[in-house]
Amino acid sequence: MTSRIETSISAQLDRMERARIVRADAPRLRDTHVTLSHGSGGKASHTLIESLILPAFSNPLLDGVADAAVFASGASGRIAMTTDSYVVSPLFFPGGDIGRLAIHGTINDLAVAGARPIALSVGLILEEGLNIDLLRRVIESMAAAAAAAGVPIVTGDTKVVHRGKADQLFVNTTGVGVVDDRVRLSVDSVRPGDVVLVSGYVGDHGMAVMLAREALELEADIESDSAPLHTLVAELLRAAPATRVIKDPTRGGVGTTLNEIAQRARVAIALDEERVPVRVATRGACEILGLDPLHIANEGKLVAIVPPTEAQAALGALRAHQLGADAAIVGEVLSEPVGMVLLRTGIGGSRVLDMLVGDPLPRIC
Amino acid sequence: MRFVDEYRTPEGIARLSAEIKRLAQGRRVKLMEVCGGHTHAIYKHGLQDLLPENVELVHGPGCPVCVIPMGRIDDAIAIARAPNVIFATYGDMMRVPSSTGSLLDAKADGADVRFIYSPLDALTLARNNPDREVVFFAVGFETTAPSTAATLLRARDEGLENFSVFCNHVTIIPAIKAILDSPGMQLDGFIGPGHVSTIIGLAPFEFVPRHYGLPIVVSGFEPADILQSVVMILRQIIEGKARVQNQYARVVRDAGNRRAMEMLGETMMLRPFFEWRGLGFISQSALALRPEFSAWDAEVRHTVPNVRVTDPKACQCGEVLKGVIKPWQCRVFGTACTPETPIGSCMVSPEGACAAYYNYGRYSLMQQGAEAGTIPLVRA
Repeated sequence: MTSRIETSISAQLDRMERARIVRADAPRLRDTHVTLSHGSGGKASHTLIESLILPAFSNPLLDGVADAAVFASGASGRIAMTTDSYVVSPLFFPGGDIGRLAIHGTINDLAVAGARPIALSVGLILEEGLNIDLLRRVIESMAAAAAAAGVPIVTGDTKVVHRGKADQLFVNTTGVGVVDDRVRLSVDSVRPGDVVLVSGYVGDHGMAVMLAREALELEADIESDSAPLHTLVAELLRAAPATRVIKDPTRGGVGTTLNEIAQRARVAIALDEERVPVRVATRGACEILGLDPLHIANEGKLVAIVPPTEAQAALGALRAHQLGADAAIVGEVLSEPVGMVLLRTGIGGSRVLDMLVGDPLPRIC
Repeated sequence: MRFVDEYRTPEGIARLSAEIKRLAQGRRVKLMEVCGGHTHAIYKHGLQDLLPENVELVHGPGCPVCVIPMGRIDDAIAIARAPNVIFATYGDMMRVPSSTGSLLDAKADGADVRFIYSPLDALTLARNNPDREVVFFAVGFETTAPSTAATLLRARDEGLENFSVFCNHVTIIPAIKAILDSPGMQLDGFIGPGHVSTIIGLAPFEFVPRHYGLPIVVSGFEPADILQSVVMILRQIIEGKARVQNQYARVVRDAGNRRAMEMLGETMMLRPFFEWRGLGFISQSALALRPEFSAWDAEVRHTVPNVRVTDPKACQCGEVLKGVIKPWQCRVFGTACTPETPIGSCMVSPEGACAAYYNYGRYSLMQQGAEAGTIPLVRA
């Protein structure tokens, strides 16, 4: 009798001890799909964050799990801050995915402002029913992209919305950077005579996503160019410190970016179509779909406008960097006609290159 | 890129350009390119810069998006809004305005409108959504009609019951004839449609030289193709002999594509008449599904309001399509009517004469305008 009670008590103690150990361990995520309880703020949320997100993004600032990350800027200079939301579909496409894009995009927004990125935040909006493995792949991709760029993710947030209220997974990233006091990038400093450079092949990202999204029966080896540009910008600014302005020509492409510059700076820009680097596959897909590579998005390219005296130095610096190996001088700034971008076509004609209107919609014939 | 780059070499282009200048000396020549693909290429490459000022290109009615009358878009939207319908359309039809907004607006308002690249994509949509009704918005000339026909045949062979076609296919010949018969028309020749001709061949164009005494040269779409076609037309004019010639022989067979024509004949028949934007009703100018295919005919399966909308008063798409006025001479060009807020369909598709002019032509226009001082130039 006694022994039976003792056994039972020791068994219970045993079980409690095991439970204590298990609870002290990092919680383990066993779910296969995101449910609303992962967004409730309770145990499931905790498990999702502790077991999937924090380990992937791990760094001392984030691991503190405070309400806000507190850190020193590490250098003198002005603070740059930017935010961007990512809703790309499909989530995975040749050369990238939504997570990688969200890291690179925000780093690039800082980079082209001349900032050295120092910290990122990640906000996730998950649709109820999202496959956890898919989420894990995106998180791991973000972690890898942030680590490779050397920019820590220091804070974040996760929400879950009812099925149908989001398309699988949306990401917002905010970035903070420091701008050296010597850097004076401004579109208002663009002058006639300045030189226009692009850092490589244009149109790859948008075309890769379009081909993946529309399930076109078009076989083309086009990969997104998604890449962090901050080190490329640093090299460019070192070689060409008088650089007027740098832009990352994302949606709307190089054509739209240059139009924005021409309008803001009250100048004209003339491009040589022949000198704009476009991959054969991208050009082919554009020909078939009736689109202009100069209107297609890039996620790892920059457009720079530099004074003529620094054009060769800028080109050399870009080409010396892995991400700028195919950089080219593509045009120049003119005084007239104000606000317009002109294109000298390959056959010696000319036309106006306008901003993209609406979405790039393929022609039917 | 093979089959592209060799038709864009600056040397070859310069030679053709000089030849045109020489041949056209002392005459004023007005040529119409019928096909929207040509209009697009002309602007994209800035070909106008390579033609002497006495050789004028007039942009014809060959942009399939531009000739669809507004009422048909109203009809399309009515179908798209019907419960349980997935409405599948080519991308550039999405922005064309109806009297109550565009398909893009209908989509924002809840209609399930998807854009596709091929009618076969619509078929896949139907297979993947067996409990939905998939309607394909078929538009275009003989270029796109055969793929609609092939899709219909496949739908029939598969016994696919939740798929139908809202057929708006049009035929190019009656439109050319309507233009030739319209008053005030002064054309000296035609650059014939390359893509359409791959299907219908050369014979249907014989009436142009025979009855109207004008040359027509079926042309490819590269800059050198178009310039060479202009050379061929000028030579005909100089010889005083009009005939049909095929510049695009690397693609177009004289007899066309018989299999494609058979498929068209099997699935579609001529409508007694059809309304064209700006050109009005043209008899026997469009295709409808044959009665044997009524099970896949959206006009039979769905309630189509048959909306008739008169073109907006200010819009002069008709005169532009007929080449009577240049796009910039239209009352609303560049002011009320822009690619962002198109009034007429010529401003919607990038190959529409107005959009092409707006996107690509404004600079040279501005230079002319600076001299003439009359051209309204408004930036968006």
